[in-house]
Amino acid sequence: MATRTQRRSAPRSQRRFRMRPTTILAYTLLALGTTVMVFPFLWMVLSAFKDAREIFRFNFWPTQWMLANFREVLFDTDFPRWFFNSLLVAVATTASVLFFCSLVGYTLTRLRFPGRTLIFILILATLMIPTEMLVIPWFVISADFGWVNSYWGIAFPGLIPAFGVFLMRQFFETLPRDLFDAARVDGINEFGLFWYIGLPLVRPALAALGIFAFIGNWNAFLWPLIIAKSPDMRTLPVGVALFSGEAGTAWHLIMATNAMAIVPVLIVFFVFQRHIIEGIVLTGTKG
Amino acid sequence: MKHLVRAMLVAAVLLAGLAAAQVEILYWQYQFDARFDAMEQLIEQFNAENPDIVVRQETFPYDAYQQQVAASLPAGEGPDVVQLFYGWLPTWQRSGYVEPLPAEFFDAAELDATFVPMAQAAKLGGTYYGLPTAVRSLGLFYNKDLLSEAGYDSPPATWDEFIEIAKALTIKRGPRFEQIGWGVAPQGQEHHVIREVLTRQFGTAPYSDDGTEVLYDSEAGIEAFAFYTGLITEHELGVIDFVPGTSGYREGFRSLQNIAMIFDGSFAIGATQNTAEFEWGVTELPVGPSGVKSNFGSFWMNGLTPNALADPAKTEAAAKFLQYVTSPEAMELWLDVVGELPARQALIADPELAADPVFGPFIRSLEYAHATTFVDESAQRAVIMDAVNRVVLEGVDPEASWLQAAAEEQALLDQFAQ
Amino acid sequence: MGLGDGLKAITQLPYLGGSQVQTKRGQEQIGARPRRFKLTLATREALWAYAFLLIPLIFYLFLRIWPAFQAFWLSLFSWHVDPAQREFLGAGYYRDMLADSKLHRALTNTLLYAAIIVPAQLVLGLGIALLLNVVTVFRPLFRAIYFAPYVTPAAAVAWVWGWMYSENFGIINNFLIEWSIFWEERGLPWLVIDPQPFLGDPDQALFAVAVVVVWKQLGFQVVIFLAGLQGIPRMYYDAAKIDGANSWSLFRYVTLPLLNPVMAFSVIISTIYALQLFDEVVNINFTDQGGPLNSTLTIALYMYQEAFARFRLGYAAAVVVLLFVLIMIVTLVQLRFFSKRVEY
Repeated sequence: MATRTQRRSAPRSQRRFRMRPTTILAYTLLALGTTVMVFPFLWMVLSAFKDAREIFRFNFWPTQWMLANFREVLFDTDFPRWFFNSLLVAVATTASVLFFCSLVGYTLTRLRFPGRTLIFILILATLMIPTEMLVIPWFVISADFGWVNSYWGIAFPGLIPAFGVFLMRQFFETLPRDLFDAARVDGINEFGLFWYIGLPLVRPALAALGIFAFIGNWNAFLWPLIIAKSPDMRTLPVGVALFSGEAGTAWHLIMATNAMAIVPVLIVFFVFQRHIIEGIVLTGTKG
Repeated sequence: MKHLVRAMLVAAVLLAGLAAAQVEILYWQYQFDARFDAMEQLIEQFNAENPDIVVRQETFPYDAYQQQVAASLPAGEGPDVVQLFYGWLPTWQRSGYVEPLPAEFFDAAELDATFVPMAQAAKLGGTYYGLPTAVRSLGLFYNKDLLSEAGYDSPPATWDEFIEIAKALTIKRGPRFEQIGWGVAPQGQEHHVIREVLTRQFGTAPYSDDGTEVLYDSEAGIEAFAFYTGLITEHELGVIDFVPGTSGYREGFRSLQNIAMIFDGSFAIGATQNTAEFEWGVTELPVGPSGVKSNFGSFWMNGLTPNALADPAKTEAAAKFLQYVTSPEAMELWLDVVGELPARQALIADPELAADPVFGPFIRSLEYAHATTFVDESAQRAVIMDAVNRVVLEGVDPEASWLQAAAEEQALLDQFAQ
Repeated sequence: MGLGDGLKAITQLPYLGGSQVQTKRGQEQIGARPRRFKLTLATREALWAYAFLLIPLIFYLFLRIWPAFQAFWLSLFSWHVDPAQREFLGAGYYRDMLADSKLHRALTNTLLYAAIIVPAQLVLGLGIALLLNVVTVFRPLFRAIYFAPYVTPAAAVAWVWGWMYSENFGIINNFLIEWSIFWEERGLPWLVIDPQPFLGDPDQALFAVAVVVVWKQLGFQVVIFLAGLQGIPRMYYDAAKIDGANSWSLFRYVTLPLLNPVMAFSVIISTIYALQLFDEVVNINFTDQGGPLNSTLTIALYMYQEAFARFRLGYAAAVVVLLFVLIMIVTLVQLRFFSKRVEY
């Protein structure tokens, strides 16, 4: 590999010159894509400011910036309660996901033990069954254990998602083994290795996982719908579903609710995304 | 965790036991503010009259109501009395989600005589599985402003007039429509219009009396179907999906005002009143070529689940509650609060109601409305929609498409009969 | 903590090439490992592993695998609320699947979706992540913009795209009309494109939906690849640059091999997602779920309809078994492919 790259060597000055057009090209391409990516999102947010009739017209900007939809959702529905429930479940689940998925992912790559591959395949296999089919057995279990209509009941299916385990496993796999062996010599126990050496090195992946776990639970619909029986246990997506009925759909309220529901997700994204970049830069290469 | 939950459960059971020997009944329907409020009022009155029974209501989003029921009952949870669309009855009954009304509380002969004839569709194999509080029929909703702008002061009474007016109100610029006279919606109410209205108006009953055989594959049936697709392909009165969305045809009619006429059910009255900011009206469905009137009637029924039959005290309480929510008083309250038509003969005979400009056309239609005896509503709806799409989107000959639909639906009927 | 400075020092150790990529500076700097207590060490390691896995394994066995087996078991019976009244059908439903033309349509559609979505997401996801890595000004903003579709709720996405695709009002068709007028006026009528029905046409609907899926899931891929790119120690690039490698060889011989585990994740997860495609399809095809003439129907959606609109849960369970087997085969093939490419 190294020899091949060597052959294609070019003088340093020329390389620095070439960096500039690349950067310009990157900005141009990204700017072009921006429209496609952000337009529907903006449309959704702007629609939240239009009334029940204007929302179906084609003007991009609202003729009048109406706050009536937000007011109706905030004061005439259980929105605050839905919001609280969703937040509680999403935060608790995300914490569980970050801890357990990284622990399992770490164990499956960094530790050697009989049955490692089998356990990995078994966990991965749980990804291959659509959750739509699991709601019936889950509900039977929940009824037996009294989990119906409880936060634990809403949260349990998402506590250790297999995709998170898989993600962390793949990222731990990229780490050099020597590092852990060296620390092991120092007499740190295995949990210490995971906690003090493994985790800091996969911070970008943890940040990504945190974003996905939060969004996944924030948007979960079918199971929270089935397990929550009373109105005060409804989560946001379940609440939003109440706006569509037999004789029509209140799109202006759906859009207003969604526009408000997106705020915590954006906050989570901005908080975590910093770590996607900073993780390794701090710990890895400055030494 | 488990122990804690168990302990709490035991405590809850003990507390409930101490509270008194009250029977608790759980009622389920889909969430819609007016329906919820009406049922809360009924429950309050019922609980006051029956101190030994406590009824609670739980509601769920309309779009996911069946999922909720499907998952809850197998775990022994869920409602004792449940509201269901009558077209779901066969699939629910086959899997044991609803039970026959117990004969000691419900006299079939009396029900036959006092409820509107379409309530017969709440029967399977001659046995009642539930009763409606309210019924609905279809009407033609029209935008008075648009019609009078085009010089029409009254809505169409026949299909010929319908074609004429819809054509006049359809505006096409280049390859695209700007306004359409008729909001084509086979996914909405029009698969019913084809099945129960047009086939009968062209001279054939859609199914045999016992509902086991498709009859619309006759000459008259083909003609009826070709007439419907002709409205789209030949007369170009409108297009499917003109305004995007499941309820796009309603939004185009109510909000955008670029759809002049739509077929919709009486349950859409409230939503139309709330949204439409123009003069609108509603009229009976157009009369057929030989003067035949027909309509599609439907209803949500209240049935008993296996939970209600678990013990005799519960059965009695559930039956009492079901009787109460289908009593004349309950129906009057439902009409006031929800705006849906009562399901008892005596109440719809009210001349004042029949003369009402909004409710009148629907009340008058009930006389000649038919409720399809479905075996599998969603699959049967798909059959008709596919038949329409084959003609409109793929240019298949209406006759061939219709005969294919007849064969597909017959297969569904046969499958159920097994 | 009691771990002391020794640990800190180790945590701050620079990356060392080791067995992964041989760079010129990647010489072994850490001394030989002590192998004297090999057996006890191995046992200790295994015990630690099982301790770590205890709670997760209970979770998986009890709440994931056991319910899955229950779902599989259901496929052998006709569905009834009361388990005692479920009639044993054996392979009955599996035989029915062979003759179910709607299911076959769903299967073909699903495979077609996967064939479009997986490569598109891999290429676009990696490409955009690389571009985002280059920019320095407005970096968080750009990232947020490319992530925006992923956070938009499915119902809102479907609604907005439904309008954009609309034959009579949609902005895409508005553009096509402007475009056509422009070229017609310049005497190039062969460049004219008529307004398209998109979601309303059985031949176009699946592709229209696939575009939305790629658009929406792109943010997921971009974040994964961004995280993966950060995991590549800068020193590898520095080393290669000293050797005078150009950007392409940097990408080809440093980035790609080191991203292999991340690409494996990306491809396998997006394949599983595509084969279970449900949300976008349910929401976007307004007229009837599954599109005109079942043109956008997927296996997962078909399963859902059979289970909850027709209450045929036994048959739905059989469809789930089919889907499971399909995904399992594809995933194992992919895992094998990716583990062969780079040996550690």
